Amino acid sequence: MTETTKTSGITRRNLLKSGAAAMAGAAVGSGAITGFPTIWAQNPITLRQFGTGVSNLNAIAEKCKEDLGITLEMTATDSDAAAQRAVTQPDSYDIADIEYWILKKVFPTGVIQPMDTSRLTYYDKIVPLFKTGKLLPDSVIAQGTAPHTVGFVESADSKEFAKGETGWFTMVPTIYNADTLGIRPDLVGRDITTWADIMDPAFKGKTAIINVPSIGIMDAAMIMEAMGNITYGDKGNMTTAEIDATIDFLIKAKQDGQFRAFWKSFDESVNLMSSGEVVIQSMWSPAVAAVRSKGIACKYQPLKEGYRSWGGGLGLAAHLQGAQLDAAYEYINWYTSGWVGGYLNRQGYYSAAMETAKEYMSEDEWGYWIEGKPAVGEIKAPDGTVMEKAGAVRDGGSFEERMGKVACWNSVMDEDRYMVRRWNEFIAA
Amino acid sequence: MNNLLTRATPYLQATPLLLILGFFLAIPILLLLVVSFWDYDFAGMYPDFVTFNYAETLGSWVTWKTYGNTLKFAAIVWAITAFLGFWVAYFLAFHVKTATMQMVLFLVCTVPFLTSNIIRMISWIPVLGRNGLVNSGLVGAGVIDQPIEWLLYSDFAVILAMVHLYTLFMVTPIFNTMMRIDKSLVEAARDAGARDWQIIWNVILPLAKPGIAIGTIFVVTLVMADFSTVQVMSGGQSASVALMMRNQMSLLQYPAAAANAIVLLVLVLSMVAGILRIVDIRKEL
Repeated sequence: MTETTKTSGITRRNLLKSGAAAMAGAAVGSGAITGFPTIWAQNPITLRQFGTGVSNLNAIAEKCKEDLGITLEMTATDSDAAAQRAVTQPDSYDIADIEYWILKKVFPTGVIQPMDTSRLTYYDKIVPLFKTGKLLPDSVIAQGTAPHTVGFVESADSKEFAKGETGWFTMVPTIYNADTLGIRPDLVGRDITTWADIMDPAFKGKTAIINVPSIGIMDAAMIMEAMGNITYGDKGNMTTAEIDATIDFLIKAKQDGQFRAFWKSFDESVNLMSSGEVVIQSMWSPAVAAVRSKGIACKYQPLKEGYRSWGGGLGLAAHLQGAQLDAAYEYINWYTSGWVGGYLNRQGYYSAAMETAKEYMSEDEWGYWIEGKPAVGEIKAPDGTVMEKAGAVRDGGSFEERMGKVACWNSVMDEDRYMVRRWNEFIAA
Repeated sequence: MNNLLTRATPYLQATPLLLILGFFLAIPILLLLVVSFWDYDFAGMYPDFVTFNYAETLGSWVTWKTYGNTLKFAAIVWAITAFLGFWVAYFLAFHVKTATMQMVLFLVCTVPFLTSNIIRMISWIPVLGRNGLVNSGLVGAGVIDQPIEWLLYSDFAVILAMVHLYTLFMVTPIFNTMMRIDKSLVEAARDAGARDWQIIWNVILPLAKPGIAIGTIFVVTLVMADFSTVQVMSGGQSASVALMMRNQMSLLQYPAAAANAIVLLVLVLSMVAGILRIVDIRKEL
């Protein structure tokens, strides 16, 4: 399903755009544009952004129009469709808003151009997690498609990822988070400390996992390792033998009646949890918030093995040049300059440029969302609804506690097709 | 010239239907067949002639098990809907005396169809759930101590929802055929000394067969092609052929899904051919 969000009443298509590009190009050439930010309202520019939807937010497009005069046309798709569109219709978008594991598939086909880091105003403010893989100097690098492994290339026209930091950035990271299991603290009746707890016979018929193969297999891997059944070489890139072991284990658990259901969409996971059909399951953080907003206790339980993490960013389409490219850089610099970061942080995600986001958050918001401190007043979502009352503490604590304990990143495996086939067997078994 | 026109007329008359069926049936199926031999990866499909889509589909135990499961649903749902459909239609056609009342009651049968079938299906969830109406009622009345788990997210739930959704497809054609049965046949049978059950068994049932056959074709094809009921009511725990195809499509494995669709098409067409061999539905038309 594809949903297109037009962010302004007027759609300026190619005719106007090429005219505007020529004018803006002339302006750049004559040195008329020197300061930052440039207001593009006089020379209307439209950027077409497509992506997986988490950060395709209307509020961002509206603010962008207001601050920069750039019209953003956003299209949301699911992740598989996003990967396909990125490769097969490279001229249909200017900005790709995709996850890092999708980038790993897409970048080698040459549809995304690397960014010159010297043109990124806030490059220095981007957290080291995306440059070295370590949030803190003593962090352990997580398995899977860690963003820094696909974050750089050697030169402007290189198709191969560089080993370390270079001046060419494949995507500017924008949004990321650490995922874990959601529980109903009122119904589990004991402390939940490890991924293995989802397999506890006490919860027989009261658990669920996500039925999206590329994510579900990672949750299963966390469970397998926590139970001591196996130690993976790399959870994010399993061998066929490791895939077999994992799927066979899941099939056995399913036949023993451990699972109540498998969910595919956000609202399914919310309903399973709030109706009490399930007491412990794979979950996304906004789903936990949605259950809680119904007045039902739900906790995003930190587990000792760590989190399964995901992250996305903005990439520039290869066809961008001239004024369009300038506008795209300006959009990205605006994106990382703080307003968007504060907005995302207040939704429970994380911004990649934390320092700039801090200026756009109140002290209490920063304390609750990022520092793991008890809320002083009510914590509100960007749309004004109350998310937490005074005194609440974020599950898992501070940014560093959560993102510092990432065990693996969402990823794409070399044996992808085999894994999907075996996953289908698990669902059919 | 005149002679030529006379000969061409039937072809001209058939042209509109030919065009419609050609564009919306024949060409799509042909494309499906072509694509099922293509190669693919995450990014796209590549024209080719490979048979591994079929080899992977037919060589996997998952396919066989899924087909088995789907056929099981089809058989059970068919038996229940045929039984219910026959008696509902019988009641409407022979028990209700006035034609007005018959139409009123028949329309009452169709009232649930004024809502979307997704809504009719999903509304079972709060009824059957662990803390749903049935369970809280039974627990509250002291009939059971623990909620019954198999009411929801089970084969039972799938079959219940399908019976609910598809029974009318059986009622309608059977009712239609029964209305055409000459009442004097029933009277003749009664005059000849037949009992009620003998009339039903020897007169009405044989004459209602075309209606049952048409209802069967509806129900069987609907169940064989269903994915949303199976997905929602089994909580993703049970598989059906269409659900398998949908999984493949959501992962953009279109050629594999196309191969699967062709296999399903062949199977369903042979089932329909079988039904048509047993019952001559043209009597109905």
